[in-house]
Amino acid sequence: MDDYPILEMKNIQKAFPGVLANDNISLEIRRGEVHALLGENGAGKTTLMNILFGIYHPDHGEILINGKKTSIHSPQDAINEKIGMVQQHFALVPSFTVAENIILGLKNFGFIIKTKQVEQQIKELGERYSLPVRPKARIWTLSVGERQRIEILKLLYTGANILILDEPTAVLTPQETRQLFSAIRKLVKEGSSVIFISHKLDEVLEISDRISVLRNGKNAGTLNREEVDRRTLVQKMVGRDVLLDQEKPKVEPGPVKIEINDLTVKNDKGLTAVKNLSLEVHGGEILGIAGVAGNGQKELAEAIYGLRPIETGKIQMAGEDLHHRSIKKRIQSGLSFIPQDRKSIATCPNLSVMSNIFMKNAIPGLKKSSAWNMQIKQMHEKTGELIQNFSISTPSSKTRVRYLSGGNLQKVVLARELSNNPSVIIAEHPTRGLDIGAMEFVYQALLEEKKKGSAILLLAGELYEIFRLSDRVAVIYEGEIMGYTPPDPSYTEKIGFMMAGTREDSIHEN
Amino acid sequence: MNDVLSFIVATLHATVRAGTPLLFAVLGTIFTERSGIMNLGLEGIMLIGAIGGFVVSYNTSNLLLAILVAMIAGAILGLIHAFFTVTLKINQIVSGLAITMLGSGISGLWGKDYIGVVAERFETISIPFLSDIPVIGRILFQHDLLVYISLLAVPLMWFFIYKTRGGMTLRAVGEAPEAADARGINVFFIRYLYTIIGGSITAIGGAYLSLAYNSMWIENMTAGRGWIAIALVLFATWDPYKALLGAYLFGGITALGLRMQAVGTHISPDFLKMLPYLLTIVVLFFTSTDTLKRKVGAPASLGIPYSREDRT
Amino acid sequence: MKIKIEKRMNTPRYLSLVVPVVSVFVALLIMFVILTIFFMGRMGSFQGAFGETVSAYKELIAWPFFNQYGLYSTISKMVPLAFVALGLSFAYKMKIWNIGGEGQLYMGALAATWAALFVFRGITSPLLLITLVAIFSAIAGALWALIPALMKAYAKTDEIVVTLMLNYVAIFWVDYLVYGPWRDPEGFGFPGTAAFPEPAMLPAFFDGNVHIGIFIAIAFAILLQYINVKTHWGFNSRIVGDNIKAATYSGIKVKKYTIISLVVSGAIAGLGGGVQMMGMQHRLMHGFSPGYGYTAIIVAWLAKLNPIAVIFVSFLFGGLLVGNDQLQMFYKLPISLISIFQGLVLFCLLGGEAIAAYRLKIEKAEEATVNE
Repeated sequence: MDDYPILEMKNIQKAFPGVLANDNISLEIRRGEVHALLGENGAGKTTLMNILFGIYHPDHGEILINGKKTSIHSPQDAINEKIGMVQQHFALVPSFTVAENIILGLKNFGFIIKTKQVEQQIKELGERYSLPVRPKARIWTLSVGERQRIEILKLLYTGANILILDEPTAVLTPQETRQLFSAIRKLVKEGSSVIFISHKLDEVLEISDRISVLRNGKNAGTLNREEVDRRTLVQKMVGRDVLLDQEKPKVEPGPVKIEINDLTVKNDKGLTAVKNLSLEVHGGEILGIAGVAGNGQKELAEAIYGLRPIETGKIQMAGEDLHHRSIKKRIQSGLSFIPQDRKSIATCPNLSVMSNIFMKNAIPGLKKSSAWNMQIKQMHEKTGELIQNFSISTPSSKTRVRYLSGGNLQKVVLARELSNNPSVIIAEHPTRGLDIGAMEFVYQALLEEKKKGSAILLLAGELYEIFRLSDRVAVIYEGEIMGYTPPDPSYTEKIGFMMAGTREDSIHEN
Repeated sequence: MNDVLSFIVATLHATVRAGTPLLFAVLGTIFTERSGIMNLGLEGIMLIGAIGGFVVSYNTSNLLLAILVAMIAGAILGLIHAFFTVTLKINQIVSGLAITMLGSGISGLWGKDYIGVVAERFETISIPFLSDIPVIGRILFQHDLLVYISLLAVPLMWFFIYKTRGGMTLRAVGEAPEAADARGINVFFIRYLYTIIGGSITAIGGAYLSLAYNSMWIENMTAGRGWIAIALVLFATWDPYKALLGAYLFGGITALGLRMQAVGTHISPDFLKMLPYLLTIVVLFFTSTDTLKRKVGAPASLGIPYSREDRT
Repeated sequence: MKIKIEKRMNTPRYLSLVVPVVSVFVALLIMFVILTIFFMGRMGSFQGAFGETVSAYKELIAWPFFNQYGLYSTISKMVPLAFVALGLSFAYKMKIWNIGGEGQLYMGALAATWAALFVFRGITSPLLLITLVAIFSAIAGALWALIPALMKAYAKTDEIVVTLMLNYVAIFWVDYLVYGPWRDPEGFGFPGTAAFPEPAMLPAFFDGNVHIGIFIAIAFAILLQYINVKTHWGFNSRIVGDNIKAATYSGIKVKKYTIISLVVSGAIAGLGGGVQMMGMQHRLMHGFSPGYGYTAIIVAWLAKLNPIAVIFVSFLFGGLLVGNDQLQMFYKLPISLISIFQGLVLFCLLGGEAIAAYRLKIEKAEEATVNE
């Protein structure tokens, strides 16, 4: 019996309308290993794991646990098979306490909840795996790192021995990542198996015993850690050699297009999210702002655009104060915003491509169109043009955008935001969730606008993206700029320190 | 002096009676909404409960059977609402409106031949000793069985929601269905279950009108109480104790209006009848999101259908 | 061969016509069953009950749609329905749930009566008087809707319950007037005001059986359709209706849109009340509306919020209201029968739309084997 791998997935196939997400994937997980699933966004990693966890049902294929064929129809089945998963979006109830979240849905607790006893157990469990938590704290008061610890404790509490971690480091600082890795090592030593989903090569090389690379929904091969290096992994991931370092177009920076002085902004909870922040961006320049998610990037972008009131400070575009200017006025004076949340803020899912392109009524070049007599036909024609220019893959300009893929939806947003001859562009995580082709498209489009003389403020989590696009890099931590560096990978360590809250001037070269 | 006291005691006694149908409806709907389903069909559910209970009481004189039938009728409307909102995922507001129309229509048809007849009703049961306490005894302990049941239900429901595993599951489904789902809780089943339970408890409120409060059937006899109850759920911020407070507040306004008519005032009865509806508007204003500056206790997923494969 | 259920990418145009038509028929079918059961309770035998239901259905259809005088009544009932439904669909486009059409209709009627009997007493020019009365009724409806509009825009108060509560308030207010200060002293105690003066009555044709309100409604429908299709207002209100956050992001002033849409919606419903007074009743009476405001909700939905379709659907429901009156008289059926039908239509429509979002895809067997 022990000869069998703890988990086998055989010939898994899953199609969504228009996409074959998993194409005949087979995978084998051994007892006590860290097995990495590496692949680009959209390669099918998350779909495969959602199938294993019973959230999706495969069209074909089978799952074997300890050599026995098993059918997993729901998360409950998966939990019964001792499989646990930490999703990218945490599955926690924000208004519940840590202890309530951990025992939610468990059957062996009797009808009335024995709070004290449960809290004690959780404290002990946390200490054993060096994942310290406060059982009485409410989830919404906790940091992202703490929430992740609770997710892992949830799995351990139910006795899971196959742990799936979906992109667990995406939301962590480098220091929190260290802590997570030491917990993972402790787990496998005690006999658990960990499936580590990631698209970050360095982390995968550091933590895994074996690596399976997914590409376009297929398994491109499972390799031992010792057999591989960065280069082979990249080739397997992308299917070709990729020039990771491409030349940026050189543009002579123009006058300052946007200037921010001493800006303070509060977040939704009423806490200060941006603190006395000042910066400026010139025409023909991209300023990259690096930082761990949740350090005020969103609030900064929203304040500039006018979605969020400012407490103190001043925002000026081309020398003019934006205070008391409505969003509409800001749009008209050439401010474009590509929000991270394209589904809930930047588009109307049930409206057509055309309606989404013309959402701001700000695309120039229509004849005789007025507020009381819109030229719908012309608008469709113009949309058709933009569909061509931005190579948006859609059946027609009348298709509802909810049916477009993430990449195509982002192209719709780009088509709208970049066709307005923008003078300032705020791009917030513009490539999150996109596949490599769409990512490259977004990069080219932004660089093109830079060449035309726009000032671009790029807020991104991925350092690769920052280096790829920016002319200068600023690092943000708790709403403050920690310092600036040139856009060069050799500064990664320095940036890492600043992302964790160390000021530039207190970092000593060592 | 004695006249004033007896007026106050009589008004407060009437307050409890007038508040009880609202209390049942609010308690039932707290269950439904805690699971994340918004039900605007209370008016229809109460009406169907009122006529269902009345018809059985008239034909069998068995009051327990009458309540049971009222509950089943309410449960069926709850089931229909659950089918449309949970399974077909249609707009919960519109489904609730349809439930109201269906409920009031069917109650009218069912009750067509029962207008003007009298049926067995819930009699007052004075609780020994307690009912002899001056003032309080008359106000609280000289009522019918349903009043006592509703008063008992409040602490029991509070304990269930906050202190038991079942209550925790219910709250989790309304707050974060994806989190509950990830823990193997069947979100669809829970939402069906509590929409049905909520419907049946709401229907008792309707039955109270035809079997205790009025003891006859009048078309559309709920007169907007279902809608007032919806506002009270907001007022109560989904908490059974505050539901009790809210229901009696409205019971009080209704009772006061009626008492004042009985005593004879210069105010037109039509304006007195407006009071509960105007008060509802005032209450809604003061419990609005922006008035309170933040959302208190509303189930975070209220009104949003849950679908596993839709999320990304 | 394999049959798969798949989500549709685009809903074909024909379905937006087929689904409402089919749901009306399915609702009629279900109501047939309910009525048969009801008659069985009354008559004891299935055969008798079935026969009774069939003849009731004949009455329900034949009189309002195929009899000259029945048709006149149908058109008369259709006018207030159309006005309120036009108003409601204007707000529903933005997902603002005005269910206070009944109250706005009552307030329109109240203001029209005030204008015709008291304020503009003595004006003899019909054109002037009718215009003034119409403006008064529209303003009253607008003000009645302004209350929930301001509450929603500035405090985020849920408009559903507020608009509904205001229905009751409006009805009691009218009751107070027609039972009290405004009661016609020569009305033999009947709860209604005195009749409108001659110049405040809308011109009518077909021997005075159909008033010109129908043309006003049609004109409004065309105007609203133009606004929906060709103006920024229509375009932007679709954005607000689909995604409020996206609307704010697009620079649309959501508060302004909320207030205007509710107020205009109330004004149109209020105007309906005025037209009803001037064209049909010629006096304010207790309970003059058999729930036009509620039926209009269904009309708006069944018409899919399209103003032109609202006209046709109001004709259908006007007829059903007339038929319902017939059944009430000749079959001792309650007025609430129409509510059952409305609830059923709404469910069939919504269910039908939910189902129409999917389609069956038939895969050939050979393809399936290739994949395996």
